[in-house]
Amino acid sequence: MQNLIEGAALVAAPDVLVAILASAIYGLVIGALPGLTATMATALLVPVTFYLSPIAAVATIITASAMAIFSGDIPGCLLRIPGTPASAAYTDEAYAMTRKGQAETALGICLWFSALGGIFGTLALMVVAPALAEIALSFSTFEYFWMALLGLMCATLVARSSPVKAIAAMLIGLLIACIGMENPAGTPRFTFGLSDLLGGVEVIPALVGVFAVAQVMRALLMPEPPPLPRRRFGSILAGQWGLTRRYPKQLMRGNTIGVIVGVLPGAGADMAAWISYATSKKFSKEQAKYGTGHPEGLVESGAANNSAVASSWVPALLFGIPGDTITAIAIGVLYMKGLNPGPTLFTENASSMYALYLIFILANIIMIPFGIMMIRTSTLVLRAPRAAVMPVILLLCAVGAYAIGNNPFAVLLVALFGCLGFVMERNGYPVAAMVLGIVMGSMVEQSFVSSLIKSDGSLLPFVERPISGLLAALTFTALLWPVGVWVVQRLRGRRLRPSGAAE
Amino acid sequence: MQTLSRRTLFGAAAGLGAASLARPALAQARWPARPVTMICPWAAGGGTDAVLRIIAAGLERELGQPFNVVNRTGGNGVVGHAAIASAQPDGYTLGMLTSEICMLHWQGLTQITYRDYTPLALVNFDPAGVQVNANSPWQTIQQCADAIKASRPGQLKASGTGQGGIWHLALGGWLVAMGLRPDHVRWVPSTGAAPAMQDLAAGGLDLTTNSVVEARAMLDAGRARSLVVMGPQRLAVWPDIPTLKESLNLDWTAGAWRGIAGPRNLPQEVQDAMSGALKRVYEGNEYKEFMNARGFGLLWGDAQGFARHLEEQDRSLGEAMRAAGLARA
Repeated sequence: MQNLIEGAALVAAPDVLVAILASAIYGLVIGALPGLTATMATALLVPVTFYLSPIAAVATIITASAMAIFSGDIPGCLLRIPGTPASAAYTDEAYAMTRKGQAETALGICLWFSALGGIFGTLALMVVAPALAEIALSFSTFEYFWMALLGLMCATLVARSSPVKAIAAMLIGLLIACIGMENPAGTPRFTFGLSDLLGGVEVIPALVGVFAVAQVMRALLMPEPPPLPRRRFGSILAGQWGLTRRYPKQLMRGNTIGVIVGVLPGAGADMAAWISYATSKKFSKEQAKYGTGHPEGLVESGAANNSAVASSWVPALLFGIPGDTITAIAIGVLYMKGLNPGPTLFTENASSMYALYLIFILANIIMIPFGIMMIRTSTLVLRAPRAAVMPVILLLCAVGAYAIGNNPFAVLLVALFGCLGFVMERNGYPVAAMVLGIVMGSMVEQSFVSSLIKSDGSLLPFVERPISGLLAALTFTALLWPVGVWVVQRLRGRRLRPSGAAE
Repeated sequence: MQTLSRRTLFGAAAGLGAASLARPALAQARWPARPVTMICPWAAGGGTDAVLRIIAAGLERELGQPFNVVNRTGGNGVVGHAAIASAQPDGYTLGMLTSEICMLHWQGLTQITYRDYTPLALVNFDPAGVQVNANSPWQTIQQCADAIKASRPGQLKASGTGQGGIWHLALGGWLVAMGLRPDHVRWVPSTGAAPAMQDLAAGGLDLTTNSVVEARAMLDAGRARSLVVMGPQRLAVWPDIPTLKESLNLDWTAGAWRGIAGPRNLPQEVQDAMSGALKRVYEGNEYKEFMNARGFGLLWGDAQGFARHLEEQDRSLGEAMRAAGLARA
């Protein structure tokens, strides 16, 4: 209790409050601009944190990343351009709602359930951090392999196109993930002698390319879509309570998936959003409505990615292991400010820890009013002439790709992926499945090969270890389920057919 | 007319030539006359980035001009290292070199070697360690070494970084120094020290050979033990961990290091100004406190010392890579 009060005093310091407010606006704006991502927002904060007090420095990272992950939903919803990889899983759904004239409901869902998910994730971080850390530590490469495989299988579930095309798109993503020397053999593959390709293809240029640039290219060819009926933009939060009451199970499932996936180092918010969207669809009573602007999946995955943001801090704070790209940067800042990750942070620096928790909660609470303002401002985009919006988006894509590593090659990559995304989309191949392949590809390969090296080539440990066996069973059930359903239908069909023939 | 115009042209050219000759001379006298760019080949928020930012802040105070850190990432460090080597040697683009510069060219991944730089100062050295799970039966490095010698080739598994990375070489060199084959303990490639430490804690590995500082959080959490450092002396932050020399009487040392350098043919004035300023920054309290707080190892080398270090590292890492069958060039 003493620590909690001390923590509150730390947060109430004027410089910390100013830092939270400023980074909230900064994170919202960066996240909402297509092409500029949450990772970039965090990376650009590093030089600034140099001049701040420890708590203020960490507060800027926490607030800016939470805000940017939420506001990445905004361009996804309004323009079908996800702001962050974490939004890519449900962009089509949110955009479909906008086309149906429900933009405010879709954005409201993203905002309201993001905040709820974020708060749930923080509570999980506060209450069960040590237990969660145990889960994270019991994961060896065998378990990671199954997790990554489960993630990959979501590709066919989330796509609305034919499963064959979804798998083809995912395989293209896996092929792209092969590029570079970040593979178990440490051998450069498909680099064509270009040193820029040695590090492989990052997810962000690919994402920005296939979604944002391809969208701009489509806009060049398509006639201006019929303008949405001019009407007063409805209330953003109205109806959210109703949705909370209607989908409590989905909300809790999203929160839980988010917390568990977020805790696993290397998985993070993107994977949480994919898995929870797929789970939501799988268990829904109204599967056919998915992809046509149905709120159910949005509720679940919107909550999941924000609860993952909070819980990805668990391995970061306890063991200095980054949960995702954002916490990788945050760990650097923690060390620089003398808040060295480790269990001592919880004992010797308990007041600072409580301050971190409070910042998380505060950030998720002010997300609602700030988010409403941001949504109101950004919906003006819907009325702006397309000829003005599209060039700006293209410019932002180039700037965003360049700003992460100050490497012009990233801009070129964005352009290439734009063309690829455009061609794929035209032929009905879901680009989201390809992005998923890029995200998961190296994890699948790395964990599979390292596991085999460790087991001297034996496949047994993949099913022998308790958690690994459980995940394997889950994977095979998910894999064989459609086959089982098909067989049952065939058998029933055969029984029906003779009676039909006898007629 | 023609001669006149020729003469004017000649005069103008001479004037231009004189001006262009005079400009660097003037600039050199007052270097740095404008902000200096410091290239970091690794991403913002990482260890190299943090060390470089501390040094840049110190140089800014010493030399009175902003020193801006720019992260040029990509290509496993190749892109940033190449950017430093190919910059104008006017003293306004400098950067940080890391161990990879003495490894990448052996693998045939770049043409650039340490000879393409003007070394200015070595500022950090993090020796490799040997970490085991907290539940491991090995309490000392002797027990660990005996167990390795008694094991079948490939029976024990180690990790710490990717295939052919600095910690892989540290393990190989150590095994060779013990009279074993470099691959007697099988290397499990990982995407970095953090995932390797996590796998060690999860019970998936027998040991890791990443630096002690990278194992710090797990050591503090009581999940892992560090048995030895492969450096010339014990670390200030962990005085209880013995060196290889004192525990096993082996001369093998290996570690990751960082230093400041500019492109080749840096003007003498810049070298002089930088070496004085870098020495004052290195000896300042702010740098010492920061490095100790993070657990980074301190090792100083002036311009000549860094040059010798680069030459020596390039040779020994090259040998280790050839021994492990990782070298291509």
